[in-house]
Amino acid sequence: MFRLEARTSTPAWFNLALPLLAIGATLVLCSGLIALAGAGVIEAYGVMFSASLGDSYAITETLVRAAPMIFTGLAVAVAFRAKFWNIGAEGQLLAGAVASCAVGAIPMPGPLAMFLMAVAGAGAGAAVALIPATLRVKFKVDDVVSSLLLNSVIFYALMALIEGPWKDSFSGYPISPPIEESANFPVLLEGTRLHLGVLAALIAAPLIWFLIVRTTLGFRIRVTGENPEAARYGGIHVERVLISTALLSGALAGLAGVGEVGGVHFQVMSDISPGYGYSGIVVAMLARLNPLGVVPAAIFLAAVMTGAEAMSRATGVPAFLSEVIQGTALLAMLVALLFTAYRIRRVGAAR
Amino acid sequence: MPLSAPLIEMRGISKSFGAVKANEAVDLSVAPGEILGLLGENGAGKTTLMNVLFGAYAPDAGEILVQGKPVTINSSADALAAGIGMVHQHFHLAPRLSVLENLLIGISGRSGRIDRAGGLARLGEIGRQHGLTLDPDLPVSALSVGEQQRLEIVKALFRGARLLILDEPTAVLAPTEVDGLFAALRSMSAQGLGIIFISHKLNEVRALTHRCVVLRHGRVAGRVDAPASTTSSEMARLMCGHEIVPPARGPSTPGAAVLTLEGISTSGHAGTPLRDVSLFVRAGEILGIAGVSGNGQRALADVISGVRAADAGQMTIAGKMVSRFSPREVQALGLGRIPEDRMTTGLVTNLPLADSMVLPRIGTGAFSRNGLLKPDAIRAFAEAQIKAYDIRCPGPMTRAGALSGGNLQKALLARELAFDPKVLIVSQPTRGLDIGAARFIHEKFLDMRTKGCGIIVIGEDLEELLMLSDRIAVMYEGRIAGTLASADATVARLGLMMTGAEGTA
Repeated sequence: MFRLEARTSTPAWFNLALPLLAIGATLVLCSGLIALAGAGVIEAYGVMFSASLGDSYAITETLVRAAPMIFTGLAVAVAFRAKFWNIGAEGQLLAGAVASCAVGAIPMPGPLAMFLMAVAGAGAGAAVALIPATLRVKFKVDDVVSSLLLNSVIFYALMALIEGPWKDSFSGYPISPPIEESANFPVLLEGTRLHLGVLAALIAAPLIWFLIVRTTLGFRIRVTGENPEAARYGGIHVERVLISTALLSGALAGLAGVGEVGGVHFQVMSDISPGYGYSGIVVAMLARLNPLGVVPAAIFLAAVMTGAEAMSRATGVPAFLSEVIQGTALLAMLVALLFTAYRIRRVGAAR
Repeated sequence: MPLSAPLIEMRGISKSFGAVKANEAVDLSVAPGEILGLLGENGAGKTTLMNVLFGAYAPDAGEILVQGKPVTINSSADALAAGIGMVHQHFHLAPRLSVLENLLIGISGRSGRIDRAGGLARLGEIGRQHGLTLDPDLPVSALSVGEQQRLEIVKALFRGARLLILDEPTAVLAPTEVDGLFAALRSMSAQGLGIIFISHKLNEVRALTHRCVVLRHGRVAGRVDAPASTTSSEMARLMCGHEIVPPARGPSTPGAAVLTLEGISTSGHAGTPLRDVSLFVRAGEILGIAGVSGNGQRALADVISGVRAADAGQMTIAGKMVSRFSPREVQALGLGRIPEDRMTTGLVTNLPLADSMVLPRIGTGAFSRNGLLKPDAIRAFAEAQIKAYDIRCPGPMTRAGALSGGNLQKALLARELAFDPKVLIVSQPTRGLDIGAARFIHEKFLDMRTKGCGIIVIGEDLEELLMLSDRIAVMYEGRIAGTLASADATVARLGLMMTGAEGTA
């Protein structure tokens, strides 16, 4: 018989071992589904790997996918550190995309346009995140519910925009007009889609890490998240910290949308995000809310997404598997987190 | 004195956590009708031993016998089935459910129906037998701490406990409530129930128990067969391994007032509000605030700490008027605060100890500049305090929650005293601490008094207040019922004032 026993301390190597354990468990669990779909497990995972990380072009494609999830992952990690339950990164991403698209369509010098797109997108994301944060601080409205439901509000507002005033009058498709060509983010490697936004995401992660670990704002975010009462008694304005966190989190999610508009799609359409905002939650949990861990976690999920499409083409396993893998990875990580607080112990059977 | 076969027996129990031997070869038994005292300093292994008995930990070695038969207890459900009930220090109750509903949690019949009438009858019966009466329909959130504890005891009896474990039950009670608890425990013992009573308070153990087991460093350091006729200092020596002498309060000439409250009143939801409270504390003086908990002490501490604003009245710290009532403002004026509840309003248990130690002053030049932390300064500060106060922990980056209560209290003391406060407000400073740790805290307060700090000690332990204070004010229903010089104060007189029976201005 086995039982759980409380741990007095958590070894440091757990931070690395747990996500790996969770990913391993996920791949094992999902191999059953692949077998059920009638494909060879080794072959399917092999195709997934080679299509996502097998050569330099595949790696750049995976990085392009990872960039928005690095931003949304950082957004969620920052928010969750303060226990501001921002499930609204998806909506904030969309708001950022719309705002940056509107700015990018105005003719002006390229560098200025890109800068203003980033400012507008971050601002729009922050403004959306401010809504659930204000509702919580002023009226004690549950932030999980309000931030989640706002996603639908923003999505349908976007639809109204591209079905209405922004609709392509020539083709009739529900897509926005493209941004100015000068506002397109420069490509970093000739022949790939690796754009400036990917570099920005990779730089953002250590910056956010620095903010959380080395600044007084980061200190206040951590303390407020772990014990708001102690924070209040210690002279921290808890409400102000929650609002700052929400603004920062929303801005990061908004930047995910900016990167998609400026570096990938150059316009806004209804499927501009295949759920990058929700994937950000998985990314942040796999990273154990550590901003540096967000980068490998986002790359893992991006590899699963790009790999799953190739696997689908090669073996006939539906590409939906990528979503199953994401969901399973989140569950596996939540289970693995149990081991930070508990250990498994063998005990004698009851007599 | 009961002589029958033991109700429960623990033989050679050992339990280690990593390299730490929490229990080593501990033998213990309780006979029917016996009240066994379990004594020991914090970290001596009392709680671990009881957690083994209650099924939270599996022992590394040793066996447990219930009425002579060996049993394996793997969960609290097993323990309950074996007739063992436990009242933890932190209650396990559902605050929104009623008294009766809390009793019935988990014991619905096979059909899934809840036997309300049967539950009511049993509740009434237990209440009559032991004087443990409770209103069955009141929600738990409306009960006082003493009543919640009563409910925990009733809950254990309701489930057929033959042995009741009480982990420091008096730590949360006012003196009058302690008398009621003891009467109930004696009544249970008279009916053949076994009781294990864990406490630091030697006078209580001497008054209540039939026999004592003293633990030190996880081993049985001694057994006392007649606690009533054994002196407290003998038992203290068994617990600590050396003599404990209470610190002496030398004479002191108080200086100017460093904290004044004039006609302070509050309103709001949390606890009893203050009504026209005026008091002062002078430099080099300790003012005790006595009172049954829930008579406005929380509001008083919150106002002085700047967490709650006063609706009316004025407060000065070191001669300066407090205008905004914010924690930062009162701290900048020279106030230090040691909170009543270490875990909830003092520390951040999931973060490194160093973070908790710099928390109130993180925005000051000592620990940050231009919004950037100074990690080296934070670490050095924590390390210096750990050394100066002999805080037992692996280092400043240890999770604060891993420290024992005494060490946490030392850490909180260190973080305030390092900045030489002009006024110090402390609530229940030694609650849950063992003799050695309490002694250390008391000495520090008396040191600060000598150095000219004005100290307010809010407490319920009258003996502690009498030992520390120069003057004692009594709170009753949000007012100051009276103030006595400690030379004129006795436990009996303070006790009367605490019930509102006597007022002396």
